[in-house]
Amino acid sequence: MAALLQDVGQAVANGMQTVDTVFVGGGTPSLVDPDLLMSVINALPLSSKCEITIECNPDNVSEALMHAYKSGGATRISLGVQSMRTNVLKILGREHNPENVRTAVEAAKTAGIDEINLDLIYGSVGESIDDVRSTIGEVIALQPTHVSAYGLTVEPGTPLARDPSRFPDDDDEADKYLLINSLLEDAGYANYEISNWSRKGSECRHNLLYWRQGNYLGFGCAAHSHVNGRRSWNVRTPDRYIDLVASGESREASFEELGQEARTLEALQLALRMRDGIDERHLLAPDLEMLEEFLTRENGRIRLNPRGRLVANEIAVRLVAGS
Amino acid sequence: MDLAKIRNFSIIAHIDHGKSTLSDRILELTKAVDARDMRAQYLDSMDLERERGITIKAQNVRVEWKGHTFHLIDTPGHVDFGYEVSRSLAACEGVVLVVDAAQGIEAQTLANCYLALEHDLEIVAALNKIDLPAADPDRYAMEIETVLGIPAEDILRISAKTGEGVDLLLDAVLERIPAPKGDADAPLQALIFDSQYDQYRGVVSSIRVVNGTLTAGSKLQFMNANATQEAVEIGVRRPTPTPVAELGPGEVGYLIAGIKDVGEARSGETVTMLSRQASEPLPGYQDPKPMVFCGLYPIDGDDFELLRESIEKLKLNDASITYEPETSGALGFGFRCGFLGLLHMEIVKERLEREFNLALIATAPSVEYRVRKTNGDTEIVDNPADLPPTQNIQHIEEPYFRVSIITPKEYTGTLMDLCQSRRGELGKLEYLSPERVEMHYQVPLAEVVVDFFDQMKSRSQGYASLDYELSGYRQSNLVKVDLLLNGQPADAFSTIVHRDKAFDYGRRMCEKLKELIPRQMFDVPIQAAIGGKVISRETVKAKRKDVLAKCYGGDITRKRKLLEKQKEGKKKMKAIGRVEIPGDVFISALKLDD
Ligand SMILES: Nc1nc2c(ncn2[C@@H]2O[C@H](COP(=O)(O)OP(=O)(O)OP(=O)(O)O)[C@@H](O)[C@H]2O)c(=O)[nH]1
Ligand SMILES: [Mg+2]
Repeated sequence: MAALLQDVGQAVANGMQTVDTVFVGGGTPSLVDPDLLMSVINALPLSSKCEITIECNPDNVSEALMHAYKSGGATRISLGVQSMRTNVLKILGREHNPENVRTAVEAAKTAGIDEINLDLIYGSVGESIDDVRSTIGEVIALQPTHVSAYGLTVEPGTPLARDPSRFPDDDDEADKYLLINSLLEDAGYANYEISNWSRKGSECRHNLLYWRQGNYLGFGCAAHSHVNGRRSWNVRTPDRYIDLVASGESREASFEELGQEARTLEALQLALRMRDGIDERHLLAPDLEMLEEFLTRENGRIRLNPRGRLVANEIAVRLVAGS
Repeated sequence: MDLAKIRNFSIIAHIDHGKSTLSDRILELTKAVDARDMRAQYLDSMDLERERGITIKAQNVRVEWKGHTFHLIDTPGHVDFGYEVSRSLAACEGVVLVVDAAQGIEAQTLANCYLALEHDLEIVAALNKIDLPAADPDRYAMEIETVLGIPAEDILRISAKTGEGVDLLLDAVLERIPAPKGDADAPLQALIFDSQYDQYRGVVSSIRVVNGTLTAGSKLQFMNANATQEAVEIGVRRPTPTPVAELGPGEVGYLIAGIKDVGEARSGETVTMLSRQASEPLPGYQDPKPMVFCGLYPIDGDDFELLRESIEKLKLNDASITYEPETSGALGFGFRCGFLGLLHMEIVKERLEREFNLALIATAPSVEYRVRKTNGDTEIVDNPADLPPTQNIQHIEEPYFRVSIITPKEYTGTLMDLCQSRRGELGKLEYLSPERVEMHYQVPLAEVVVDFFDQMKSRSQGYASLDYELSGYRQSNLVKVDLLLNGQPADAFSTIVHRDKAFDYGRRMCEKLKELIPRQMFDVPIQAAIGGKVISRETVKAKRKDVLAKCYGGDITRKRKLLEKQKEGKKKMKAIGRVEIPGDVFISALKLDD
């Protein structure tokens, strides 16, 4: 934490601009002393209406913690719920009690943190469609302002990757996604990016910044930054990060610089994933025709319909920058 | 060199009877190769040969034995490489016929022995592997005497493994195989019996001087190609290439003539001196008739020209390949190639891939059909895609093989079943000995092409052996099975088969393609059809989802790279209509082994 504070301090000294959103995530920030955490955040040049999100594990959320966050300026928490079904949590290797989610949400509301995101994972082998239905039912009952739901993904090097019998099935995941989407939409949560739904006005501004290729600075090990087409990421291990901050050297592990063309295309690929969609000239006529059933077309713009969101990559690779 | 001091011979045998191992012992005994440089099957220098444990290319080497110079050629034993053997024999006065003392005569023992007799060569027979507990040299000596007419007492007994008897074999070669004849003062006539393209040295040809003397640095005339070249280097393989100043009649060696146009140094070419030309070229070879055909296509369409050059160069080393350009709707530009058999086809494809760094797709193998059309014309078709429309066909004729199988008699029943199921017709059964039978069949080539050999081996627990040659054409009830993807014909998968087997082929191909073709953005019906009538169908369901992972700050780079990769992959795909198919689907779908 000391290194983090020092890192932030150096950035501010170097003329860091005012920020409009802060997101604390990766690892389990809720394990850190809240006052310490909030002091780091408050060392940043925050705007008056700054969105400040902190990722929490429902198991270690207490009213006291939420009060500490609130008084430190936090406006939003994001709870790693995954599922409300114990059998599914077990499959996912997380043994928390779904009851903790309820108390966590209560605690946040009591402390006056109104923006609450519940983070879900679906698609594991062994999770039934009814498990998904009941999870979403319970989530809606808790009345969060925001829900994100991600399909279980096989990441190379993880235990899951070594066990093909537990690889999610495409059709099963697709069914679950469509169910989640319709249940959430029916309950008044609008989809604004493939895997994100919110009440009107509760979209995560920090997410939107990512997806609109905005600039952001990442602090801490393995954190990513983006400034005007230059993407960089910090060293992976805490030890190295701490050493580099102490010696005042660059924390960057590596970076990439996008050319104008790549940047334009990336902007389109990201925009395609969002509610507003893109101009239809970015798809060639035969592709437009072939992909018709995945799109809604209106006033020269195309948006992905729920089935289209499921195959966003397939559509994204067909995008052309166009003239 | 004194002609009387030269002996030229090939080592011939059925596959695996120990030719290359015998060559090893000879290299050792004659001190051609140092003990520390020795390795098993020394002359099998290609990686492919070492991996598969078989000889593919004949290799010649010069050794010294008791004051004489021996040129020996180690030949391959597999039936597909018979042409290698017959070319080698043209450079020899005799052969060492090796027979496994635990197996006895097998199909290629006979085939290669007959080849030697056709060339009027002296045969020195040797029973090999006498060190094996199962060896029964007395019995097989009798068998050889009965079947081949070589007196049992003239047959040597050796172990190429331990070296036992190999010295006596070399003595027998010296005594029995005649020295070459030739006139050192006549105009030069040297036969190119093999060539290969070497990345660094260009074309290197193996030659046998018949008359006259070939001297390094002289101007040469290639008689058939009508081209003039300089003998940049001549030499002998001991087995290390060793330059020499001249090669006289009866001598075997190599020639490097700085040839650019690989077409000039074909096997069978006669080389003479420009200043004093021979009046006639040597007889040369008749190129063998290819039996099996397939299309070869580069996975990367940009490699077409490279493929052309590579086949040209490989043809130098393997004159039996035929090729001509063809196009396929799905696969683009490629070549229709002809081969002597399936193993040959597999080896050529693999050599092209390895030696020339290509990635290739081979279409389903086909034989050459004769199509009699209603208008009276005859068309030769070796590509199902070229078959005229059904209504224009009077009938189709297909090539038949005269097949001979040698087997211990207990497997006769199961092998007859096999031949039966392959539309074979039994000729005669001959007993080579009380225990062993030679079965003669007429079988359609198309049926032999598809895993016949493997089936025969597994049914006979490896004991049966097979030889075959073309016997003629016969009318058959043949149909073309078309494969349609999303309604579009996929020519690479279509085939010509007997009507009784059409349904089976269609169903299996549909099932395979269903497994292999990646899901597209729409349902893809796969149909097998005969003349427009669908006989089988499957569907590849539309893709419903791709990656649904997080896409936050740190994931964006990854996502973009994933999309870039996906896009690259798409570019490499082959398209049939709107269906995009990765190249390896063709490879897997057209695999023969099931
Ligand atoms: N025990 C024993 N094994 C032998 C002997 N000669 C060869 N072999 C083995 O038989 C196998 C085939 O030997 P090769 O020398 O490769 O046979 P080949 O005739 O050259 O085979 P192709 O070139 O493929 O036709 C190898 O495993 C050898 O080790 C022998 O005298 N005794
Ligand atoms: Mg060999």
